[in-house]
Amino acid sequence: MEKREFHIVAETGIHARPATLLVQSASKYNSDINLEYKGKSVNLKSIMGVMSLGVGQGADVAITAEGADEAEAINGIEETMKKEGLSE
Amino acid sequence: MVEVLKGIAASDGIAIAKTYMLIEPDLTFTKTTVEDSAKEIQRVSDAVAKAKGELEQIRENAAISLGEEEAQVFDAHLMVLSDPDLIGTIESNIKDNQVNAESALQEATDTFIAIFEGMEDNPYMQERAADIKDVRKRVLAHLLGVKLPSPSTIDEEVIVVAHDLTPSDTAQLNRKYVKAFVTDVGGRTSHSAIMARSLEIPAIVGSKEITKRVVDGDEIIVDGLEGDVYIKPDVETIEVYTQKAEAFEAQKAEWDKLKEEVTVTSDGKHIELAANIGTPKDLDGVHNNGAEAVGLYRTEFLYMDSSDFPTEDDQYTAYKTVLESMGEKPVVVRTMDIGGDKELPYLDLPNEMNPFLGYRAIRISLNEADMFRTQLRALLRASVHGNLRIMFPMIATLGEFREAKAILMEEKGNLINEGIEVSDSIQVGIMIEIPAAAVIADKFAKEVDFFSIGTNDLIQYTMAADRMNERVSYLYQPYNPSILRLIKNVIDSAHKEGKWAGMCGEMAGDQTAVPLLLGLGLDEFSMSASSVLKTRSLMKTLDSTKMAELAEKAINDCDTADEVVALVEEYLK
Repeated sequence: MEKREFHIVAETGIHARPATLLVQSASKYNSDINLEYKGKSVNLKSIMGVMSLGVGQGADVAITAEGADEAEAINGIEETMKKEGLSE
Repeated sequence: MVEVLKGIAASDGIAIAKTYMLIEPDLTFTKTTVEDSAKEIQRVSDAVAKAKGELEQIRENAAISLGEEEAQVFDAHLMVLSDPDLIGTIESNIKDNQVNAESALQEATDTFIAIFEGMEDNPYMQERAADIKDVRKRVLAHLLGVKLPSPSTIDEEVIVVAHDLTPSDTAQLNRKYVKAFVTDVGGRTSHSAIMARSLEIPAIVGSKEITKRVVDGDEIIVDGLEGDVYIKPDVETIEVYTQKAEAFEAQKAEWDKLKEEVTVTSDGKHIELAANIGTPKDLDGVHNNGAEAVGLYRTEFLYMDSSDFPTEDDQYTAYKTVLESMGEKPVVVRTMDIGGDKELPYLDLPNEMNPFLGYRAIRISLNEADMFRTQLRALLRASVHGNLRIMFPMIATLGEFREAKAILMEEKGNLINEGIEVSDSIQVGIMIEIPAAAVIADKFAKEVDFFSIGTNDLIQYTMAADRMNERVSYLYQPYNPSILRLIKNVIDSAHKEGKWAGMCGEMAGDQTAVPLLLGLGLDEFSMSASSVLKTRSLMKTLDSTKMAELAEKAINDCDTADEVVALVEEYLK
């Protein structure tokens, strides 16, 4: 299992367009991918799950990936995070 | 006998076509226990697949007819339908609780809707709850086997029938196929009526019961000239109206010849005929109808069509597009007029007892200085691209005008200090819609560059009659001598100071009012683009001296609006 932590810097947090892109990015991989925040964990391939967490600016979140392509998945997601200005 | 339904004629023209009912179907269902879970799960996945196919089609059409940006809202809908958590929750509801597909869908979506609606400090997320509801409706319709209206997929000529049309309904309509509108509610100044005139299709509003009298696919005739709807007409009636439609088209073709001409009266007086617009998209209508100016650009649509305050750059782009497209011709831009019946989801306005008498237009602008300054800066930056005139709405006192103008001048100074070029010939005027301002127009005339009379509000405020309230609609009397006297005072005051006076309400394009207004000396008439050529044709037949005599009589000798109308008819004979 791969796990990586992110500090959210985007002013809007994880919602709107960045959330959509993050879900799209996660959906490309076969691994089970989860987003953890404040002790709750949701499926990163579920837009409603992700948005229901209400992750705001300054939040610390963790993303885990488990499966055959877990390494690629976690790298791909990190790239999206940075490209969309969600995390540094 | 052919059934006839009478409504308010809101936009000229005649259309004969089948109806398209833009009405929410009945989506009620009962919760039942189902043994065969596999079959229910299959039903859900079939309905979801159909809904997806439909949404992809809608998205594609929307991208073509409305543009990529408006189409993106459907991406959000598609994403909800592909959500593994949502589908998973529905399936486990069916399996674990042995309920039918409909109620499993309802319960699963309710959970998410409740979470999003609960995020009260986050309007964006609250809107997502609306997305989920929309998607649920679509899937539910497929489960129940009922048809959900999807106006953007219309692909044959139809007449849209609805209780009322909201801006988002009309945004989804494919303009190529929609031949007319008929609605239950509304008046000449309601959104649906204004929209129909800008689309140049016939419309009848306020028919009270059209949605009860016809069903989807009934053939009807819409006579937008008289306000009559003929339901399931016989061959003879269709024949009569086909001819009437042709005669109207011929008349329009005749008017079209005036497109390149300037507007002059029979005695050679030049009058400026301008058009009202809401967005840069309306410019086609302005050019196609040969308008000589934009007399009212309603900038609030920039705010209303957005999920957050439009940025300075977004506004600059819109203003620049309009100014460049008009070239040398003047463009009167009204600063935002939110409030009254227009709300913004992202601007928290308190509910008021009397919104039309409350916090709206310039009253908001002067209080929310950042928002106002952003708009003024965008306007000032755009001013170098054409002939800009800035107009402040809902001015009641000189103090308000002075304050607004001072902010404008301050921003102008700031831009110049930043090295940004600003035009030196921007006229600054006010909209006259509050009787208090009309009464002391002589005082205002010393300080403003122009007046534009907004009759829709001026009439409702003068008569103390809400123009949205059908019970008092008889008081909407543009020809009442009281209104004419106010208008006269405004025009005379402007002329005394060498300024000009225009009008941008519905009255400016009203064929009974035009002779009176010409007689009162109005300099500029701004109306729906579709009324410009008709009015130019009328102007050619009017003698300004004779109309001055008519106006004089109407103001001094007539006691009632009816007498004024009779007098105008006598003069036009």
